[in-house]
Amino acid sequence: MKTPTSSTTPHAGLSIALAGSGGSGVMTAGTLLLSAAAKAGAYGLMVRTSGPQIRGGEAAALIRLARTPVASLDDRFHLLLAIDWQNVHRFADEIPLSAGSVVIGEEAEGEVPAAFTSTGARCLSLPLKKTAKGIPGSWTNMVALGLAGTLAGIPREALAEALKDSWKRDPAALAANLAAIEAGAQAAADIDGVPALPALAARSGRWLISGNEAAGFGAIRGGIRFVAAYPITPATELLEWMAPALTKVGGSLLQAEDELASINMIVGSSFAGVPSLTATAGPGLALMTEGIGLAVSAEVPVVVVDVMRGGPSTGIPAKSEQSDLSYAVSGLHGDAPRIVVAPTSIADCLHTTQWAVHLAEALQSPAIVLSDQFMGQSRAIIDRPADLGFIGKRLTVGPNAPDFKRYRDTPSGVSPMSIPGNPGTTYTADGLEKNEAGIPSSGAKDHRVQLDKRERKLKLHDYGDFWADVEGDGELAVITFGSATGPVREAIARAAAAGVPARLVAMRLIAPALPEKLDAALDGVKHVLVVEQNHGAQFYRYLRAWFDLPGKPESFHRPGPLPLKPAELAEAILAAGRRESSRAGKPATNRA
Amino acid sequence: MTPTSSTATAEKPAAVLTHANYKSGAKPIWCPGCGDYSVLSSITKALAILQRPPEEVVVVSGIGCSSRIPAYTSCYGFHGVHGRALAAATGVKLARPELTVLVAGGDGDGYSIGGNHFLHACRRNVDMTYIVMDNHVYGMTKGQPSPTTEPDWDSKLAPGGTGIRAFNPLVVALASGANFVARAFSGDPNGTADLIAKAVRHPGFSFIEILSPCVTFRPEQRDWKDHVHPAPVTATDDPARAARRLMTDDGMNVGVLYAGNRNPYPLGPKGKSVPLADLEAEFAP
Repeated sequence: MKTPTSSTTPHAGLSIALAGSGGSGVMTAGTLLLSAAAKAGAYGLMVRTSGPQIRGGEAAALIRLARTPVASLDDRFHLLLAIDWQNVHRFADEIPLSAGSVVIGEEAEGEVPAAFTSTGARCLSLPLKKTAKGIPGSWTNMVALGLAGTLAGIPREALAEALKDSWKRDPAALAANLAAIEAGAQAAADIDGVPALPALAARSGRWLISGNEAAGFGAIRGGIRFVAAYPITPATELLEWMAPALTKVGGSLLQAEDELASINMIVGSSFAGVPSLTATAGPGLALMTEGIGLAVSAEVPVVVVDVMRGGPSTGIPAKSEQSDLSYAVSGLHGDAPRIVVAPTSIADCLHTTQWAVHLAEALQSPAIVLSDQFMGQSRAIIDRPADLGFIGKRLTVGPNAPDFKRYRDTPSGVSPMSIPGNPGTTYTADGLEKNEAGIPSSGAKDHRVQLDKRERKLKLHDYGDFWADVEGDGELAVITFGSATGPVREAIARAAAAGVPARLVAMRLIAPALPEKLDAALDGVKHVLVVEQNHGAQFYRYLRAWFDLPGKPESFHRPGPLPLKPAELAEAILAAGRRESSRAGKPATNRA
Repeated sequence: MTPTSSTATAEKPAAVLTHANYKSGAKPIWCPGCGDYSVLSSITKALAILQRPPEEVVVVSGIGCSSRIPAYTSCYGFHGVHGRALAAATGVKLARPELTVLVAGGDGDGYSIGGNHFLHACRRNVDMTYIVMDNHVYGMTKGQPSPTTEPDWDSKLAPGGTGIRAFNPLVVALASGANFVARAFSGDPNGTADLIAKAVRHPGFSFIEILSPCVTFRPEQRDWKDHVHPAPVTATDDPARAARRLMTDDGMNVGVLYAGNRNPYPLGPKGKSVPLADLEAEFAP
């Protein structure tokens, strides 16, 4: 059977890597290229990758542009454009090339590393730096922008407009750099072999946004007005976006002394009535665990966004991995039900974080949002997301409510909350087990009542259809979550084109586990493949523990730091399809 | 910033509030003779001096004998996890600047597991009052040395003593930027109540170290009543003078020892709010 490749898939688009040493401006060029593409009417994605150095290391902007929305990187890059080659060979794994690829560098800046030439890619030398030197005041990365943008089929006006919109320096230098873009654009005329996007039509109403920004905006839309957090890669940009944004809507952000403070500050602020959030990555989540348990016990709503990175311990801070899942669903001491949700795309970081605020507030529970570095730090061109209207609203009591009991054993499990300032209903929020009135109790009955109540309120809530993205049908289902959803969706399209249809179940609600929801989504499914980006098959094991999956469930899992690619997932789906067919005793229907 | 709840403004009670109005009536778990009974009484007396309605006061604590205090008051209480009371209280005050926030706890909670938060609460200077009931021992876990325990104090966990010098919380508070530093003695509940009321009224972060004997594990602390004495000079607003005094005093000086005039951490909304839709503008390509 033929391996499906990007060339057989419609709308695969164009993949461009801009690389160079830190300070060479490749990230700026990449950001402007994405912005210009958005103005021209394309969709796109830009993944940032860099060495561990803070300044002066190697960097690359990995860009994919297409006429349809882009949620994952492609298997191969059509164009690698390097401003210089200093340590760029370290990205060989992240910038896969093929014999059809084009590599452009400048001979004077060194030879193309063997890791790239060995792919059979066509290597060209262009005088990028020399051209920039010929235009006083201009930069090499702007020549590269003109070149790459034009090869991609983006009109020069859009490239120029992108630069003008972002320009904050002296106007004379702007003219020089516009000339540099033009010089780069002219150089593109001599280069063939890069598949430019077909003619685009400028469109309004699109957004250019990172997952971290989207999560921050979703949080504010949901009602978050206080954030306490400690800087950590790759969550910092979420906080840096929220700090001024919160101020504009009457809220505030406080930089805490550590993650222990962050979580306890937001439990305090939320106890005082203001919807509150913190954002962190794995090491911070580990430190916050005790405070999250306090929020479970005291029934205080808080939202914790975990922008996952390679672990354990310090791990691989600036690269993506979905390996905090086990910790998020089970990393609290005691029996401590909590909400865990995962956005399925950069755009969905907005909706899912907003939903998390809504759930946390409605259920008086901590909600952990599992984003990751891939979504958080990448920028995408997306359609303006609809406002799904999820608003954080908690059940409260008014002044002097009669017979108030903070932890009353209600049928729903949700007990009306009293907010400081409200007379006649004072109580002490406590991490100690308590009776319905909130008085500390070590009694067996009180413990049982409160444990049941905290479990019940999460189980009985009506999560509606938003718990998962369920798409397509077929007897084979791929269950996944988080940033794996984008490449899985693309792989399913490729497998379908090769004659193996599969159903997608991308679970947005990870915990609490709701078997009846998944059972319904898997109605008619005979075989399941679970896809995730970690070494321990954490999601697969979680599903096996909490759900009855049909047939003999299979797992595709591999760790970061390399992003999941559609081709490897399409292979896994086709292989699962073959096994499903052979078990069912029917011939494989794969066309290819 | 406004809470999402219906915190309707209730009618203020017309009658004068007495210290009894601030007691929940719950029976403390403390040992007979514990200094913390007096501190509880001082807190309720201070609130009566201040005439703050109980529902507009939040008493926040961590873990330890003294940290059980919130539930013994009729105020809103927050009994969180060990060492994090100051963090939780900071969240409460930033969310609801109009509330009066008292933080209470012991020497282990505040100076050991919560030590980092102590430093940063002092330097952040959020307007709240931190009351530490210092008895130089971990009482709830039955007699282990705390950061303020003398180096030669013998215990099961540290036979013959820890051999490390005791922590000086007042000096650390001053050096870290606390805006008000006082020492009190639980055996003088009225004097302590006055100090607490002063601390609450003082802008910024106020710190009161209360010598509060543990008669169970440190029975010798019963003698503190014979050693405490009023601070010989009045409070200064000069950190250098206060530092010299705190570095050289006998640890039994009672009174306001430093009252600074540093600007507190700014609270409440900054500027006019914009509609949420305005935030979207920056996402346009």
